[in-house]
Parts: sequence; C-alpha cells; structure tokens
Amino acid sequence: MSLLSQLPVLPVVLPLVAAPLTILMPNGRAPWAWATLIAWITFGICLTLLIEVAANGVISYELGDWAPPVGIEYRIDLANAIVLALVSGIAAVVFPFAFESIKKEIDGRQLSNFYCALLVCFTGLLGVTITGDAFNVFVFLEISSLSTYAMIALGARADRRALTAAFNYLVMGTIGATFFVIGIGLLYQATGTLNIADLAERLSGQDNRMVQAGFAFILVGVGLKVAMFPMHLWLPDAYTYAPSAVSAFIAATATKVAVYVLVRFSYTVFGLDFAFMQQAFTFVLLPLGVIGMFAASIVAVFQEDVKRMLAYSSVGQIGYILLGLALGTQLGLSAALVHVVNHGLMKGALFMAVACVVYRLGSHQGGAFEGLARRMPFTAGAFIVAGLSLIGVPLTVGFISKWYLLNAAFEAGHAWAAFLIVASSFVAVIYVGRIVELMLLRPVPTEGPYAGEIKEAPLSMIVPLWILVAANIYFGLRIEFTGGLASKAAEVLTFGSGGAL
Amino acid sequence: MLEFILERYNYWIFIVLMMTGLYIVISRGNLVKKIIGLNVFQTSVFIFYISIGKIAGGTAPILIGKGGGDHGGGHGDDHGSGHGDGHSAAEASAGHASDHANATTSLHDGHDANAALTSAGAHGEEHVSATADKILNNGHHVEAAANDLFSAPAEQSGFQVADAASEKIEAPHGYEGAHDAASSALGDVIYTNPLPHVLILTAIVVGVATTAVGLALAVRIREAYGTIEEDELETDDRIAEFGAGSEAAS
Repeated sequence: MSLLSQLPVLPVVLPLVAAPLTILMPNGRAPWAWATLIAWITFGICLTLLIEVAANGVISYELGDWAPPVGIEYRIDLANAIVLALVSGIAAVVFPFAFESIKKEIDGRQLSNFYCALLVCFTGLLGVTITGDAFNVFVFLEISSLSTYAMIALGARADRRALTAAFNYLVMGTIGATFFVIGIGLLYQATGTLNIADLAERLSGQDNRMVQAGFAFILVGVGLKVAMFPMHLWLPDAYTYAPSAVSAFIAATATKVAVYVLVRFSYTVFGLDFAFMQQAFTFVLLPLGVIGMFAASIVAVFQEDVKRMLAYSSVGQIGYILLGLALGTQLGLSAALVHVVNHGLMKGALFMAVACVVYRLGSHQGGAFEGLARRMPFTAGAFIVAGLSLIGVPLTVGFISKWYLLNAAFEAGHAWAAFLIVASSFVAVIYVGRIVELMLLRPVPTEGPYAGEIKEAPLSMIVPLWILVAANIYFGLRIEFTGGLASKAAEVLTFGSGGAL
Repeated sequence: MLEFILERYNYWIFIVLMMTGLYIVISRGNLVKKIIGLNVFQTSVFIFYISIGKIAGGTAPILIGKGGGDHGGGHGDDHGSGHGDGHSAAEASAGHASDHANATTSLHDGHDANAALTSAGAHGEEHVSATADKILNNGHHVEAAANDLFSAPAEQSGFQVADAASEKIEAPHGYEGAHDAASSALGDVIYTNPLPHVLILTAIVVGVATTAVGLALAVRIREAYGTIEEDELETDDRIAEFGAGSEAAS
C-alpha cells in the first residue's frame, strides 16, 4: 500500500477533497494559493503517470479494491495519460494566472467559492479522462459541466449576458449528457456491463439495432459537449461572457476531454470493425468536421469581439480534430490526438492574452487591441505567436497538427480533405491577421474608452502566459513528445479496435 | 403488431415522456418551463433505466432468507443500527421469510442453479465465478447480512446465483437459460436487477443538481433583466448593444 500504487486515483481525489476546503478560507489570496498548489501537485502526478504509462504500458487501478468489471476501474493508457497531462498542465498554468484576472472580473466575496468551483471542474475533467467505467464518465462529465455553468455565470458582473449564456449551456449540456446516459443504458442492456474494457469485449461482433442506437445516442450526446459543428451554439456565448481566466481554462480543456470521450467510445468500445460506426464516420462526422472547419472559421472572421472570434475559431478547430478522427485510420487518430493537445496549448495562450487585455482595458472588443503592440508588448507578442500557431506556421505546434492531418488525409485517400485543411487555414490567416493588424499597425487610441496610459499586464499574468507560448514553440520543435506519444497512443487504440496497423 | 407494442409499453412511456420533455425545452420561451421540460426529459431516462432492470416476477433485491429464523432475526438487531434502516429492514424480512425454507435444500438448489447456469451459457458462468464475491458483498447493500451469513452457505450460494441471473438479464445469449434455471432452482425467489436502480439514484442526484443550478440561474437572470421570457431577454440584449432603435428594425 505504498503511495505510489495509489497514484492513479490521486488526480481525482486530490482536487475533489481540496475543493470544499477552499470555501472555508477567507476571500483573498489563500484559496487561490491553495488551488494553485493542488494544480501543481496534480500536474506532477499526471506527468509521473504519463512517464510510467509510456514506459510500462497500461495502469489499471481498482477503486476500493473491487475487481472490475463489477468495481469501478481507473484505467490509464497512453491516450488518456496524454489528455491528463494536458488538462493538469493547463490548470497548472492557468490557476496561477487566474489570481489577478479573477480578482478584477468577479465579485470579491465570491473568490473562495470560485476557486472551489474551479477545482471541482478540474476534478471532473480529470475524472472523465481517467475512469474506465462508462457510467462514471457521465457522472464526472456532469461534475465538470455543473461547475462550469456556475463559473460562466460569474462573468455576469462584467456583462449580464453571461447569465443567459450559462443558462443556454446548461440546457444544451444537460440534453447532451442525458443522451449520453441513454446510450450507456442501451449498451448496458445489450451487454450487462459498464466497464469500458468489458463493454468492448462483449460488443465485439454485435451489430444490432440496439447497439447502433446506443452508438448514435452517445455520438450526439458527446457531440453536444464537444461542440460538434451544428451543435456548437452554446459555445461562443459561453466562452465570450465567462470570466477571462475561465474561458482560457475551459477552452483549452473541456472540449478536449469531450473529444477524448468520443475517441474512447468509438475506438475502444465500439471498435473499427463496427460497420455502423464506419458509416457514421464517413457520412456524418467527416462532412460535419469539414463544414465546421469552414463555417465556424468564416463566422469568426466577422466577429468584432475577440473572445467571440476565438470561440468560433475553437469550433472550427474541433472540425479538424473530428476530421482526423473520422478518417478511421491510425494516422488520422494520431493527428486528432496531436491536435487535441496542440489546440489546447494555443487556445489557452490566446485566451490568456485576451485576459491580459481585459485586465488592463476592461474589454475584449477589437477596439481594445488597437496599437496594443506599443502599450502591452509582451501580451501582444504572446498573442501573435499563439495566433501564428493557430494558423499553422512552421516552428509552432499548429504546424505539427496540420502536418499530421495532411499526412493522414493523403494516406486515407482523401486528397480533397487535405486541400480543404489548407484552404481553411487561410481563413484562419484572415481572422488572426485582423487582430494582428490592429495591434501592430494601428496607432494607440488617443480618445474614446481605450485611450490613456496603459501599463503592461502584471508579471503574475505575463509569466504563465509566456510559459504556454513557449510550450507552443517547444512542442513545435520537439515533436517526439506530442507526435511520438500520440502516434503510439493511436497505435494502441486502433490495434485494440481491430483496425489495420 | 398490437401485442408487440403493448408488450413494450414501458419503452413507449419512456419515448413519449422523452419527446414531451425535449419539445417543452425547445418550444417554451420561459426559462422555468425549460427547466421543467428538462426534468421531464431526464425523468424519462430514469424510467428507462428502472424498467430495464426489472425481471418479470422479480422481487426487490433484498435477502429473502433461507436460513434459521434466529439467525436472521439476531443479525437484524445486531447490525441494523450500524448500517441504516434499510439494512435492518432487509435483515428483518430475512428473518421473517426464513421459516419456510431449509438450509440444506437451498444449498442443493444453489448448486443446481449454478450447474444450469454453466450449461445456459459459458458467459454467464464466467461472470458468476469472476464476480460472485463482489456481487455478494457489493452491489446490493446487504453487506452486513451477507457477511454474517457466510457461516450459512445456503444463503450465500442461493443469493449469488439469483443475482448472477439478474445481472445477466440483458445479455441476449445465456439469459433465458440462466433465468429459467434460477427460477426453477430457487422457486419463487427472483431478484430484480438492482444495478440500474443504483445508477439512476446517481443520475437523480445529478438531475437535482442541474435543476438547482438552472433555477438559480433563472433567479439571477430575473434579477438582472427583470424577465425570464427568452424573447424579451433577446430584445433587451439587442437594445443594450445597438440602442433602442434596433428593436423596430428586427
């Protein structure tokens, strides 16, 4: 019973236990410091787990010592170890960043409650990723979603539209989660088990109406959480009106975790030899991914609000991930996993840069960015580098993603998809370019709401921001970390699901 | 055709409720009504889960004792307080029901059922052996009773087989055989599968939390806007953003 053998459960237990303790703390620095400490420890644990899994293969942890399939199993393979590292890594960067930003944007009396919600959300996201039990996925999904609704609503101090955004997200998210539960129920009815590995075993070869309905319900349910193109309507409002640090956190993690659930269910539970899923991939997921890539990116071009622009861009980027996923090949899956991580890194950095602007200028409208390179050079620099990464310029992680995606598209024989990926990148050039033009070429406004002497954002915001930007460049150069691990994870997933290697 | 529909009336209730709920969520502009629709929608799923756990003629998953009357009664007293009222009730009923059963025969029956299970489907048997212990102790909240009745193997094996049978209810292969075997071996004691019920308890908690957060948001929206009608909220937002003139334009 060494502590090391209990390691797999700690990423969930630690933040979960830490969360209610923050409520007991006085509003001020204490709850923030506590949450940050927990995030760092959790990040350390997740990295250890990632190294362990990369070296020794799958870790299976029996919760409460009940052997699966009856007991709940925490099962960590490379795919979820990567997502765990991403979520906890983003938390480790965003939590310290949040202090100044949150203090300015939400009511001071709600600080300790806020950090409680943040930790609960963190727990939920890690739980969804780590668990090997299908119903447990739903429970953790709702834990993270409920706290997200609350955190988005806290943006109401700056803009009351945060309330309606949170409400719409609640309605859509709950419908999605309930669809997911119906799907799980149908699968349980077909197999009599909830353990994911056990489900996969018993579903292999089954291709009846009930299993197909189960898959459809799960696809739609998770699709809502992923913000798959026609079901993305909750996302732009939610990201726009949430407090900036919350936007940075959930944009970089929440949809990524939902994508992971989709990957886990389609590749592990159903498997590539499930013909119905192949059809769904080719005729639903692939077209929706492509349409999402364009439709959302084009809408992003016309947004005056920078946060809203980034939110639409997120929907477009989800399109890339779904495209990779829907190719149904090992290369496609590894491209999707690489982009899950990389998009988390770049969107996190972009939203953090916007948070710095909001901190100093109080607005995320395009006007606030005029002449920003002269007023807040570090923030503007970070935004530009992360923006280049979003476009997919070489030496950044965005390029790696695009490279993997193009490779996968050619290999799968969809040259048209490769063409569309490049074409939609040009749309990204337009919407990022608009903001870059505002920052670099426009003069500093001398009148209007954004005039006046503006200092650079405080160090406690700039340092985490640049850590994330540095990660964007570092992982763009050292592709063996993201690319290598994701390829291995994809290999394991597709091999397990009977796909051709 | 009519029979096909009527036999599955529980699914029809589920589908009708689900669609009603979704329709309310989509069509109503009032935020509180949306929450109500969401609740109806979720409730339909609860009914779906509960109905898939039901076995025709099955009883609640409590221990219907096969051992000595003293045994059951004694444990009801000893452990009732420690494990909550539900358990003591379960054990008390175990004590009451125990009169008309005899330990040796039910032990024998248990073995029969086990054998029948094996023949019914290798899958079921595998499941029984792999999970018998945990099923016995875990899923059914009769830990106290089960632990203490270890000394009386009759209850143990009988309980285990009935549970294994109910656990397998949904499995297309092996279920019929296992179910029949269990019902013939144990006579009248068929347990309903408790697992979906336990799952749905969790889902109910989630549903309550969602409703609470949703209603709290509705209250805050009412404070901020003075209305909870969706179209009025949209109009308010448009006026706030573009000025009063935009209302006429839209």
